[in-house]
Amino acid sequence: MSFNAWMLTIILFWPLLASLVILLLPSEQEQQIKNFAIWSSLLPLLLTSYLLWDYGINHLLAAGFAYSVNILWIPQINVHFHIGVDGLGLVMVFLTTLLTTLSLWYSKGVIHKRVKEYFFLFLFMEMGMLGVFLSLDLVLFYLFWEVGLVPMYLLIGIWGGKNRLYASIKFFLYTLTGSVAMLLAFIALYLKSGTFDIVELSKLHPFQGDIVLGSIVFFGIFLGFTIKLPAWPFHTWLPDAHTEAPTAGSVMLAGVMLKLGAFGYLRILLPILPQAFIKWSMLVVALGVISIVYGAFVCIAQDDLKRLIAYSSVSHMGYVLLGIGAAVASMRPGAIVANANSAAIALNGAALQMFNHGIITGGLFFLVGIIYERAHTRDLGVFGGLSGKTPYYYGLFLVTALASLGLPGLAGFWAEFFVFRGAFDIVRIWAIVGVLGVILTAAYILWRIVQSVFLGQFDEERWGNKLTDVEPYEKVTMWPLVIIMVIVGLYPTIVVNFLNQTSINILSKLP
Amino acid sequence: MNESVRTLLWLIPLLPFLAFVTIILFTNQDKKVSAGIEIAAMFLSWLVSWLAVALAIWSPHYFVKHPLILSFPWFPTGTTVFQGGLIVDIPSAAMLIMVPSLITLISIYSLGYMEGDKRYSRFFAYLALFATGMLGLVISDNLLMFFIFWEIMGLCSYLLIGFWFEKKSAYQAGLKAFLTTRVGDVILMAGMVMLFAYSGSLTFRDIFSQANLEHLANIHVMVPIAGSVPLAVVLAILIFWGAIGKSAQFPLHVWLPDAMEGPTPVSALIHAATMVSAGVFLVVRTFPLFYVVAHGDNAALHFVAFIGAFTALFAATIAVAQFDIKRVLAYSTISQLGYMFAALGIGAYYAAIFHLLMHAFFKALLFLASGSVIHGMEHAHHHLLHEGHEEKLWLPFDPNDMRFMGGLLNRMPKTAWTFIAGGLSLSGFPLLFSGFWSKDAILGSAWLTGHSVVFWTLAIAAFFTAFYTTRQICMSFCGQPRTAMAEHVSESPGTMTTPLMIIALVAIGGGWFGIPTAFPGLGLLVHNPFHHFIAPYMTYLGLHVEAEPFLWGPLLVSFTVVLSGIFFGWLLYGWHPMKVGAPDPLEEPLGPLWTLLHNKYWIDEFYNATIIALTIWLARELALFDKVVIDGIVNGVGYLVRLVSRWLRYVFDEIIIEGIVNGMATISNWFGEWTRQIQTGQVQNYLFAIMLTLVVLLGLDLFLI
Repeated sequence: MSFNAWMLTIILFWPLLASLVILLLPSEQEQQIKNFAIWSSLLPLLLTSYLLWDYGINHLLAAGFAYSVNILWIPQINVHFHIGVDGLGLVMVFLTTLLTTLSLWYSKGVIHKRVKEYFFLFLFMEMGMLGVFLSLDLVLFYLFWEVGLVPMYLLIGIWGGKNRLYASIKFFLYTLTGSVAMLLAFIALYLKSGTFDIVELSKLHPFQGDIVLGSIVFFGIFLGFTIKLPAWPFHTWLPDAHTEAPTAGSVMLAGVMLKLGAFGYLRILLPILPQAFIKWSMLVVALGVISIVYGAFVCIAQDDLKRLIAYSSVSHMGYVLLGIGAAVASMRPGAIVANANSAAIALNGAALQMFNHGIITGGLFFLVGIIYERAHTRDLGVFGGLSGKTPYYYGLFLVTALASLGLPGLAGFWAEFFVFRGAFDIVRIWAIVGVLGVILTAAYILWRIVQSVFLGQFDEERWGNKLTDVEPYEKVTMWPLVIIMVIVGLYPTIVVNFLNQTSINILSKLP
Repeated sequence: MNESVRTLLWLIPLLPFLAFVTIILFTNQDKKVSAGIEIAAMFLSWLVSWLAVALAIWSPHYFVKHPLILSFPWFPTGTTVFQGGLIVDIPSAAMLIMVPSLITLISIYSLGYMEGDKRYSRFFAYLALFATGMLGLVISDNLLMFFIFWEIMGLCSYLLIGFWFEKKSAYQAGLKAFLTTRVGDVILMAGMVMLFAYSGSLTFRDIFSQANLEHLANIHVMVPIAGSVPLAVVLAILIFWGAIGKSAQFPLHVWLPDAMEGPTPVSALIHAATMVSAGVFLVVRTFPLFYVVAHGDNAALHFVAFIGAFTALFAATIAVAQFDIKRVLAYSTISQLGYMFAALGIGAYYAAIFHLLMHAFFKALLFLASGSVIHGMEHAHHHLLHEGHEEKLWLPFDPNDMRFMGGLLNRMPKTAWTFIAGGLSLSGFPLLFSGFWSKDAILGSAWLTGHSVVFWTLAIAAFFTAFYTTRQICMSFCGQPRTAMAEHVSESPGTMTTPLMIIALVAIGGGWFGIPTAFPGLGLLVHNPFHHFIAPYMTYLGLHVEAEPFLWGPLLVSFTVVLSGIFFGWLLYGWHPMKVGAPDPLEEPLGPLWTLLHNKYWIDEFYNATIIALTIWLARELALFDKVVIDGIVNGVGYLVRLVSRWLRYVFDEIIIEGIVNGMATISNWFGEWTRQIQTGQVQNYLFAIMLTLVVLLGLDLFLI
């Protein structure tokens, strides 16, 4: 086996190794723990970057999974340690490793309580998330899914805000409910086909022809993923979890954890149960559109900056659902589609939105953290005039907010454009409703956020010199994200190239 | 030569973009250097643009067949690849005559106008970003890039309107501009993605190939109310909504007057000359789509003509009853853009482009001159404050209000005369001024093609135009100063007046390039070079090339309305100049009509009470729904589970089970004690449990293998 074949295994288990080392370090040596965590998180990031480069040269047009490892693990029930990536998986792995490094770097400056546990949990969580993106076996997938859940629960419960207990338990129970349903469905798939292997199952299409059982299994998995996404009406854990989570926790939650659900749609639900998915595709489209519009409306009525951005995630993840739903809906019997590429473009849009939302909303949560550290409040009613007072912060915030708004020339636009390009061809009526979200997004970003925080008069009496401009370590946190927003905005190919072939592959393997 | 200019095209938008980045990241502390970088970049960009323009002028016929195109693969779309690209063809070249020249001149003007502003560098950075957007838009060879640059301009417009963001009215105006145009943009985007889906491309040359146009014209789609409509017409109308927003046409016009809160150079550049006319350019660019069904005799072009003509008259009537010097001009801009759309709507392609260019120059001139006036008024106000003449100051002071002016002609003659030149051009003063020729081309076309409703609407609007312009000139410049500020006004510095005079020359003489050949005497002298420039391209598009419109009928009507408008304006405002504190002479005779016009037909109030109120109401209700209903269900389920478990404990467990399996209690008690120890609330114990599980799993794994 070549050297590259072991890359994914190293990327996956390195964070675990590092987290175990942290456990061995004495807890009073906080600086060493912080530095060690940051440095060790760089290795997966670098290896992923190398893989992106290698994948771009050697595997860009491949039909299967690259760098896969497949070892029999539990023979009694035919469970394999089977990992591998396609373009989408690799992009998600990159997103995870990047946001982890930035989160740890940022946390270095702001976490002073129970440092050892925090950094241990963070790296442990990274492994869980990476595992989900890499798994090609349902048991493995489920294990990592749960492994990522617990540290996040603890991060919110220990380092969170005032209402952290309610929020963390709500988060835990909500997602656990989904997980249980998902697990039962996975077992059903195994009982039907005798394998947990995702690649195998994608060829076998269990429950093909049995639309009743197929639908039941479909909804089991669907519930798990849709709660995680989260789509309306399963979204109310998200605002609470975000509002209470520490900054870096919010970044990982919005940036990576929400993507697990969306990723599951594309890796498991669609390839394995295409018939049921096609049958219920309009439901997915509807939930997507409702999430987009509903989330955007609710954003307008928020007064807490973090809560607002949490709801904006509901709205933005709705585009992912709309894109996937539209792509699948194009295969309904009798669907009229003008352009053969519409489905692939819609899927590209959904996948790109997963990446973009991670970068952009991750950035937004960092920015909220930056101001919260100074003001100790996130109430939108108390700020104003920061545009003149903290121009550097304003610049970073404005670019990120505009990217979130979907301004052309920045990353966010492309995903919306691709999704609507597909949706307007396939599910036109729903697309017309969904497009309303674009206007509302502009309203809550520019009116509720930018205007409240940055424009108007600066309240000298209230703030004095408390609201200082960004520190160097905060700049280091934000710049990589801002640069990615601009580069992807000007040249989306840099990401879409990885996603396009994945979309074509997924669609071409459907019956 | 063509080849080398072609490879330079990307510099046109890139240079200003580099200036933007440099100023924002590196030179923002140094005002002089920042401004210098912006102007240098603009000058170089202008130079490259004019190289391309020169090639186009050199040989329009050759250029039509061989435009400068620079294309590149951009991103994959399933099995195909989207091609991006830049193009300079005849319409782009026509725009490049005007756009970089005005941006450069207005940047120079801003050197003086923005003097002393604490965010001087930021201003020039935004201008540079705007230039990127506008220049990029002009030379985009596909609708997607066009749209991207279009939105970048929208952003700059937002930032620059709210440039003085401490002022509530300023940042609110910025928001209003962005959101209102966003409504149009979203509809445009819907049209664009559908066009993309049905054509498989967004490159203008592909979409407008004869085969694709016929394809679009032959597909019929069902539209509510209208029934079955050719797709081309639907797409054209959707695209036109983008123009309605950007060019501030009824019913999305409400943002432009408020946009006057921005610094005046911004009003001149973005909200008069370039960005707002980009909407017209959008229709110019996508005209084949509007034209393909029934040679333009279709719902899409009728809609364009209706909106244009209606807005032209509607906005002109509002302008009559405004006192803010810039708001009058804003409504006049809305009205003049309406003329251009009306021209396009009746198929007068050439006349629309001609009026677009002429209007850009004379309207920029008017704004810059009014900026000079405002600058003067503000400085006089400062001066008086400084000298301690508070008693002479009217409070609240508004430097834009024409009622506070009067008699400025002698105090700032360069400004006044250039303003008057622009004003006469806007009014369409016969023969000498550019506005006359371009407006006459539109009126002539309407007459010639038999669109009498459009013709008479525009003719009446022309009367109002001449009237409010004269009113404006008389109120500001004639008679005696009505306040101490006007008394102490002095002429603006050379950086401001020099660009004024350069633009004034064009605003007067530019029209001479478009004098119809058939015009007695003058026509033979100049041979209408502008028409010769545009006509080959129209032939290429398969448009009906209008015989250069010259007819006595429309000319006489035009003469009459313009001269009578000027006469009545002078009669009311010039003959007996306005007195201090006196009401407008029209206020009493018009009565409630005046109130209606002065309040802009209460359209803002209508929107606030309907769409905006509804949005906010919905937002609040849905947030409440989230909290009460959805979370209520979630918490309710949690409560129910607890209730059930309690019932199990007290009823089922204690009464029924306990009696039967009393012995089990000891075990469960022991179990409870044991699990209590696990729930210590200490993280390390949880971690230990996780670790233990992992080890067990790992061990199981090894053991089982």
